[in-house]
Amino acid sequence: MAYDSIKKMLKDAQEKNLPLWKVILQEDTASQNGSEEASMQKMLTLWKTMQTTTCSYRSEERSHSGLVGGDSARVSDAAKKGKLIGDAFLNEMIALALQISECNACMKRIVAAPTAGSCGVLPAVLIPLAKKENLPDTVMIQALYIAAGFGEVIAQRASIAGASGGCQAEIGTASAMAAAALVWLKGGSAEQCAHACAMALSNLLGLVCDPVAGLVEVPCVQRNVTGALNAVGAANMALSGVICHIPADEVIDAMGSIGDQMPTSLRETGKGGLAATPTGQKIAERLTDKTIL
Amino acid sequence: MNVFDILGPVMIGPSSSHTAGAVKIGLVARQLLGDTPKKAKILLHGSFASTGVGHGTDKAIVAGLLGMQPDDKRIPDSFAAAKQQGLDFSFDTIHLRGAHPNTAVLTLEDGKKRKLEIEAASLGGGRIQVRKIDGIDTNFSGEYNTLIVHNLDQPGHVAQVTTILAQRNVNIATMQLYRNVQGGYAVMVIECDQPIPEDLVDWLMKLDGIIKVSYINVKQ
Repeated sequence: MAYDSIKKMLKDAQEKNLPLWKVILQEDTASQNGSEEASMQKMLTLWKTMQTTTCSYRSEERSHSGLVGGDSARVSDAAKKGKLIGDAFLNEMIALALQISECNACMKRIVAAPTAGSCGVLPAVLIPLAKKENLPDTVMIQALYIAAGFGEVIAQRASIAGASGGCQAEIGTASAMAAAALVWLKGGSAEQCAHACAMALSNLLGLVCDPVAGLVEVPCVQRNVTGALNAVGAANMALSGVICHIPADEVIDAMGSIGDQMPTSLRETGKGGLAATPTGQKIAERLTDKTIL
Repeated sequence: MNVFDILGPVMIGPSSSHTAGAVKIGLVARQLLGDTPKKAKILLHGSFASTGVGHGTDKAIVAGLLGMQPDDKRIPDSFAAAKQQGLDFSFDTIHLRGAHPNTAVLTLEDGKKRKLEIEAASLGGGRIQVRKIDGIDTNFSGEYNTLIVHNLDQPGHVAQVTTILAQRNVNIATMQLYRNVQGGYAVMVIECDQPIPEDLVDWLMKLDGIIKVSYINVKQ
């Protein structure tokens, strides 16, 4: 069985005197009756696929609706010209989060992490860090197990679907997973990973899922940037010794409970929030006209 | 739940329910027909109908009918591939009372004699459920080796099918029985741990009272 408690996951790592990623891997393969080698090979494929998604990006391409495309190139160009705030590394993360989400909207091959709508967050923080610090694939795979381990707990205690928990369950979860992975890659402890996860999720509590015209485009693509930057913020806080005053498991339970209380109009139905604005509705009407059905 | 339920699947975007799940509906329908269809009438209900084109649901279902997997890069161009492979397809919308919002109804013909109508729903995360076959309620995912037998609702057919499975060392994981009316038309859906032997299907087809046999063998 996958872990349904971060407290338990950390306790196991401590008692077995194993790195956190290894405990997550062992628990996973034991419950699947599979081999660790096969699991790690599969994880490597996912890491490679995340990297190849970026190769399929074409700045001139647009999604079927015409709403999404070209924004990643805009950010990269402006960054190169020195027009933006922050260093090249930070802006690469922003551009990458957009790029992978734009690829998703344009029907390219992506890795759902944890969902297709939030697929840009994790690669946006991992790829630039791996490049900058020259981290080998073996280490990156370990970070992905950390991310998946925290994601599993969130999926079991709360939800990772916008339709049940709003966007906090999708971008929020992706951001929390990414924050924990980043802490581990920067040499933080298992406890610091948990604090980063808890802070990243806390900061996005209440985020609603309000896709314009019901499509995974507006505001989903740009929210991937928020997820990535929020992960970096939470990871840096945790690495500095800043703690989340509410334990990670309780933050996750709070997210689940907020999701339950969210009206259905704000849970992926395209009926509330940005989707219900006059402009959002105008876009939806225009797209209905375009529909061939 | 395992780590690859959280990271993954590798899929063509933009939506696991509206795109990856839609490919799977096409794939399962193709497997149940037993061949690439020559003709397909596809009806979309609910969210599939209202946001399906924007999510590529239409291209995804056709891709699945042609045998493409959810991560196949040719999915966006599946309409052209259908033309090449001689699949004549059409789309329309339908309103089904009480159905899951992401539901499709597919009527398929293989150009020879086989016909199939299935109603399937995409439940999220790329998982699907086959809700109806030829108008009879069913409930299976297509993720296991599955044997589907259509027969006249009369005594003995369940025993015949389970006996031959036992003789061939095929273990039954789950079994469901459905019928329209007493003494009418019945369907058994049997999910198995081992692949369904092809010759077993041929043998079943020859029995009196068995109307149609289809199966899905999941590739390992």
